[in-house]
Amino acid sequence: MSTMWWGVLGTSVAAFALKYLGHSIPQRYLSHPKIQKTNLLIPITLLSALVAVQTFADKSKLVIDHRTAGLAVAVVALKFRASFPVVVILAALASALTYHFF
Amino acid sequence: MRVVSATPKSTIRDSLSVSITVGAYGIAFGAASVAAGFSVLQSCLLSLLTFSGASQFAVVGVIGSGGGALSGVTTATLLGFRNGLYGLRMSPLLQTKGTKRILAAHITIDESTGVALSQESRGVEAMRSGFWLTGIGVFVFWNLFTLAGAFGAQAMGNPAAWGLDAAVPAAFLGLVWPRLTSISDRLLSVGAMALALGLTPFLPAGLPIIATAFLALAIGMRKA
Repeated sequence: MSTMWWGVLGTSVAAFALKYLGHSIPQRYLSHPKIQKTNLLIPITLLSALVAVQTFADKSKLVIDHRTAGLAVAVVALKFRASFPVVVILAALASALTYHFF
Repeated sequence: MRVVSATPKSTIRDSLSVSITVGAYGIAFGAASVAAGFSVLQSCLLSLLTFSGASQFAVVGVIGSGGGALSGVTTATLLGFRNGLYGLRMSPLLQTKGTKRILAAHITIDESTGVALSQESRGVEAMRSGFWLTGIGVFVFWNLFTLAGAFGAQAMGNPAAWGLDAAVPAAFLGLVWPRLTSISDRLLSVGAMALALGLTPFLPAGLPIIATAFLALAIGMRKA
């Protein structure tokens, strides 16, 4: 089975297990403030890391390429409170233009 | 449906508008997933079975950039942890058993929980309806738009030529942006980016991302 299939099935099983567990265990578990706090912080670090790696990594090398232009435009769009689809489309557009013309 | 007839119109309106706007993000996921090398079928299965946006983007992002299945699944699962806590919050409200609990668990995501909590002033029945309507609504639109995005990207070919390789980090940025409400959150975000990039030349793809979870753990678990 390919890496992709393992990824699809593994993620799906784990995602459902977590959701179902949440519905099934008594509320006193996991309601500790430190766990709640960490739970808010984990998406921040993981999503930020994903932003950085998906923009600047090419395998194990760090590069500045057309994707950087896309990310810069996304930052500006978010600053101007653009909606999610607009941000993504503008970033793609900027990156594609840079890819073709530079 | 009994749930709908007893539901305030404003709850139905809230649920529907969230369902359609959030569901439309599915087009970005479908495109990103195919650009990362996943098939249309695999992309659609992720939306049907995983049904949690950030986790889905994470697994295709990590594997697409050369990470192993385990790295991809671990990153996605760490991001899905919050759904478990949402379930914890929703279960006393929903009081489900058996098949209904399985359905409720599957649609326990940011949006269904968010809308349910936002209906608090309209009473318990409105909260319940908000959860079910939003969860089911997002599920339907998210999957339809995933299919559209996946087919669209497949027709396009080279992801870089269409900017799809930049759409993925932009999507992650769009997901993290609303969470950066304080200075310390922003510092943590920049710190995580620096750590991940610093580790990229030395660790196999995917691990630099997972490593940043320890940053969150170290800060979240320290004595207040």
